Amino acid sequence: MVTESNENEISLTERRNLANKKLGLKMLWIVAGSLVFAFALVPLYDVLCAMTGLNGKTVTSASATSSNKVDTTRWVTVQFTSSVMPGLGWNFYPKQSSIKVRPGQVETVLFEAKNITSQVVAGQAIPSVTPGQAAAHLQKIECFCFQRQELKPGETKVMPLRFFVSRDLPEDVKEMTLSYSFFSAKEKE
Amino acid sequence: MSTTTVAHHDEHADHPTGIMRWLTTTNHKDIGTMYLTFALIMFLVGGAMILGIRAELFQPGLQLMKPDFFNQLIGVHALVMIFAALMPAATGFANWMIPLQIGAPDMALPRLNNWGFWLLPPSAILLTLPFTLALFGIGDGALATGWTFYPPLSVQGGIGVDFAIFAVHLLGISSVLGSINIIVTLFNMRAPGMTLMKMPMFAWGWLITAFLLIATIPVLAGAVTMLLTDRHFGTHFFDAAGGGDPILFQHLFWFFGHPEVYILLLPVWGFIPQILQTFSRKPMYGYKAQVYAFWGIGALSVVVWAHHFFTAGLPVPALLYFMYSTMAISLPLAVLFFCWIKTMWKGSMSFETPMLFTVGWIILFGIGGLTGLVLADVAADAQYHNSYFVVAHFHYTLFAGGIMGIMAGVYYWLPKMTGHMYNEKLGKLHFWLTAISFNLTFIPQFFLGLAGMPRRIPDYALQFAEFNMISSIAAFVLGLSQLLFVYNVISTIRGGQKATDKVWEGAEGLEWTLPSPPPYHSFTEQPVVK
Amino acid sequence: MLKQSIKKLSFCLLFLLTSPQVYADYSWNFPEPVTPMALDTLHVHNKFMIIVALIFIVVLAIMIYSLIKHRKSVGYKPVTDKAPSTAIEIFWTLIPFAILLVIDFVIMGIPAYHSVVMMEDTRNESDMVIKVTGSQWRWQYEYLGNTEKGEKAGLEEAKGIKFLSNLSTPQEQMDGTITPVNDPQKPYLLDVDNRLVLPVGAKVRILMTSSDVLHNWWVPQFGSSRLAVPGFIRETWVQIDKAGTYRGQCKELCGKGHGYMPVVVDALPKEEYKTWVAAKQAEIAAATAGSDKEWSKEDLMAQGKTVYEKNCAVCHQASGAGLPPAFPALTGSKVATSPIFGADGKYLPDSHMDRVLNGIRVMPAWKGTLNDTEIAAVITYERNALGNSVGDIIQPSQVKAARQ
Repeated sequence: MVTESNENEISLTERRNLANKKLGLKMLWIVAGSLVFAFALVPLYDVLCAMTGLNGKTVTSASATSSNKVDTTRWVTVQFTSSVMPGLGWNFYPKQSSIKVRPGQVETVLFEAKNITSQVVAGQAIPSVTPGQAAAHLQKIECFCFQRQELKPGETKVMPLRFFVSRDLPEDVKEMTLSYSFFSAKEKE
Repeated sequence: MSTTTVAHHDEHADHPTGIMRWLTTTNHKDIGTMYLTFALIMFLVGGAMILGIRAELFQPGLQLMKPDFFNQLIGVHALVMIFAALMPAATGFANWMIPLQIGAPDMALPRLNNWGFWLLPPSAILLTLPFTLALFGIGDGALATGWTFYPPLSVQGGIGVDFAIFAVHLLGISSVLGSINIIVTLFNMRAPGMTLMKMPMFAWGWLITAFLLIATIPVLAGAVTMLLTDRHFGTHFFDAAGGGDPILFQHLFWFFGHPEVYILLLPVWGFIPQILQTFSRKPMYGYKAQVYAFWGIGALSVVVWAHHFFTAGLPVPALLYFMYSTMAISLPLAVLFFCWIKTMWKGSMSFETPMLFTVGWIILFGIGGLTGLVLADVAADAQYHNSYFVVAHFHYTLFAGGIMGIMAGVYYWLPKMTGHMYNEKLGKLHFWLTAISFNLTFIPQFFLGLAGMPRRIPDYALQFAEFNMISSIAAFVLGLSQLLFVYNVISTIRGGQKATDKVWEGAEGLEWTLPSPPPYHSFTEQPVVK
Repeated sequence: MLKQSIKKLSFCLLFLLTSPQVYADYSWNFPEPVTPMALDTLHVHNKFMIIVALIFIVVLAIMIYSLIKHRKSVGYKPVTDKAPSTAIEIFWTLIPFAILLVIDFVIMGIPAYHSVVMMEDTRNESDMVIKVTGSQWRWQYEYLGNTEKGEKAGLEEAKGIKFLSNLSTPQEQMDGTITPVNDPQKPYLLDVDNRLVLPVGAKVRILMTSSDVLHNWWVPQFGSSRLAVPGFIRETWVQIDKAGTYRGQCKELCGKGHGYMPVVVDALPKEEYKTWVAAKQAEIAAATAGSDKEWSKEDLMAQGKTVYEKNCAVCHQASGAGLPPAFPALTGSKVATSPIFGADGKYLPDSHMDRVLNGIRVMPAWKGTLNDTEIAAVITYERNALGNSVGDIIQPSQVKAARQ
């Protein structure tokens, strides 16, 4: 009688242990899921940035020219500025500090880079736009920032940027800034 | 008769003596004790670090340390206090009390439980070793980025950052294991008749906490892993040069970091109403409302993270969203405060040390919560952000709301755990010293922040001198008065007046039906809850 | 040692109590606002503080009443009311919920909304643009010029002015050798060699970026603070309504010099601003002219010492010993002792000139921030002082050639 109830109890404990392990393993799925989620956030963040201009990121590939409808009712001032990051022996600056554009109108502006070292040096330009909500509306057709640039010792290169400001740009944005930071691209990506 | 012999037999069987008992134990009470002891030790370590900082900030000019060492102290202090003191303390209580409160013989996954604990000491060593070595002039010290690891500073930093990353990995694994164990215990091991909506509040607090932990700790682990590969393997997750973004790290970090605040607080919110009902001699008010409020807070906590970096340059719609969602957290909290006070209302209150701590806790945590509501305002946050105002705010929520809550729990359950009553006079003295010196430490910091003193600076302009001096003196009183607590706890473990089974006149719940201290194996036959 | 420090502490305490004017000017609230944004922020802050203080006092009063009345020691018997029905319970708990709902989203939420919109209004109608670059551990200011609106308003064109702003508090005050001096003109830790100068009344758009780690440009009296992120551009704006000197600090932990990169802004009336711009432009012209003349070694060494101590000593130390491994020593270093120019007369890769001009990793690129003379002087100084004696001197004209 006593032994029987003990046996029952043991099998009850065993059954319970098994159930515990099962549930525990199920929980591990949640852990794995959120780990995947963490890494998935990296591309998701980029997508979000591209869509909303969050953090002033612009699209890093060429966009198609819009239909040539130009919004002639307003002007937008686009300011240009540049930084050369430590480790890159270049001079780099925009040839014009700002221009006024009509939304929809394709414009070309020039940037000049010069390698002041006695080596061949590659650099990568990273664009950034402020205010954030304007970033998604700055469409580049042709840009030196799409790929790495390489300059021979002492070489000067005038680099064009062809872009337009999309007509969907919110009405209250009248001034925006496009900044390029040139980083040394010594270590290949 | 037969059950008692079985229990007796058992007790002999899994009681290896000496160090092996603690290394191999799977008993929830042993593990709980180890967690609590570890938390207490690390609390003192983290406290000693901050006293070093307060000593440096006592007056303008650098007297004691170099700025780099100062930066290491602040970061390691925070990591130690959050990951090695507060979280293990809450987990320790979970191990000790959840099986007793829900009438289970032990935790559901005892071996996992053992591993979970033994990951902690090595991670504590990883965290503090580079720093200790630096004290003796070896190496370049611990991470000097603050506990938030923000790149690019953390990419620039020395090997201390790697140590901290690995420590966070281990601590994260430990909390995930602990959380899985708690979830399984709460789902599978409840006594017959105890439905989820009859669980004690503490169990509810931990259930939400555990889910938050397993959902967010992996995000932190992922973020610091990316940091590690950025540092050593040439990836560009957070480096603009390769198309990455330093702000992405802040999003990832605070996606974990904000729920972390509630991870630290929910267990405390769990046992606070239990203490209140005990000492008000009246059932707690609004059990269901509190449970729903917990759910609400748990859900909100994962969607408000960006309020930690309002000045990072988010677009206006994002700013507005995070502002309003942050303010919304005050809604469930208002319900909780209401229920706590309504539990006291028209009770028959007495003020033993746990109750003193609880009442003090409600007031001080209230200040922390209300200043949090002010901080949610984006425009004013430009001023508060990274100023001492924020430092004062989160110490009101985490020291008052976290540590003082844990202390209320210690005084409340210590007689049950040890079988001895603590020294009541000493306990009350500890409370008053803590409460007064805490306020004297941190109220000046609110004003420092408003006047424009940034946090994490090793030296400050002269107009900040008076408040810093007051704050430093009070911090030392606060630190030293914790030694009373340590003394009180140790002497209670060693002996003292015997505690009754019920301990407190108004105590309710399964844990109080067991003897004090409870036998090594409790509830070998599960009680039935009506 | 302990005795000494106790003595020191008690001395300080005495000092504090007896001469309050030495430690003066503490305050209980935000400093006086001087921009519309700061004024608005102060109003919102005050309003919110009063609201939360009221909530706190009401709740505390109810609680204290209960703590006094409903205690066992005065013989109060607990009410033995039946467990409240769910409906009543829900009704009661919804009251605090509803009160906070109104406070959060109406009383606080509406003014907060307007403040946010105002704070982010950077994209309209500015008069001039400046660019602030944070680097370890100094600020760099660059005037990008007036907008059309600013030009119409007759604002002096300051385009092209560009300078570094370094902490100017003497080292011996900071390292505890002597007590910090309370000088209201040059407040301890809050004064710089070159202040940012802005005209009163003009709306200034401030672009913000960084060359290394995160920084945060903050002047409490302006009510604006914005993160500077390397590789990214951010913006904020100020419109200073009152002439004066305004001081702030970096607000994002940026390494060991985080506490030592103050922001100092002089707001000048338009006429004085005009004078300042002219003086600054003349200064730059003079420096440019200086690069064509031949300098003596003594002059270069003297100027080099000044430049070094201002810009380089924070990492490489005044002695040149550095703080390895993060900041290498200059004394006996390969870069500072190996030849600079190759056979073709161009500077060599990884030479002293390359390092100073272009920087690497943590080492900033100085080509954008120091003029030819300063760079020539500091290189000469580093090669012939700090325990080095290479013997060569660099002329500003050589730097001028190298950077083109």
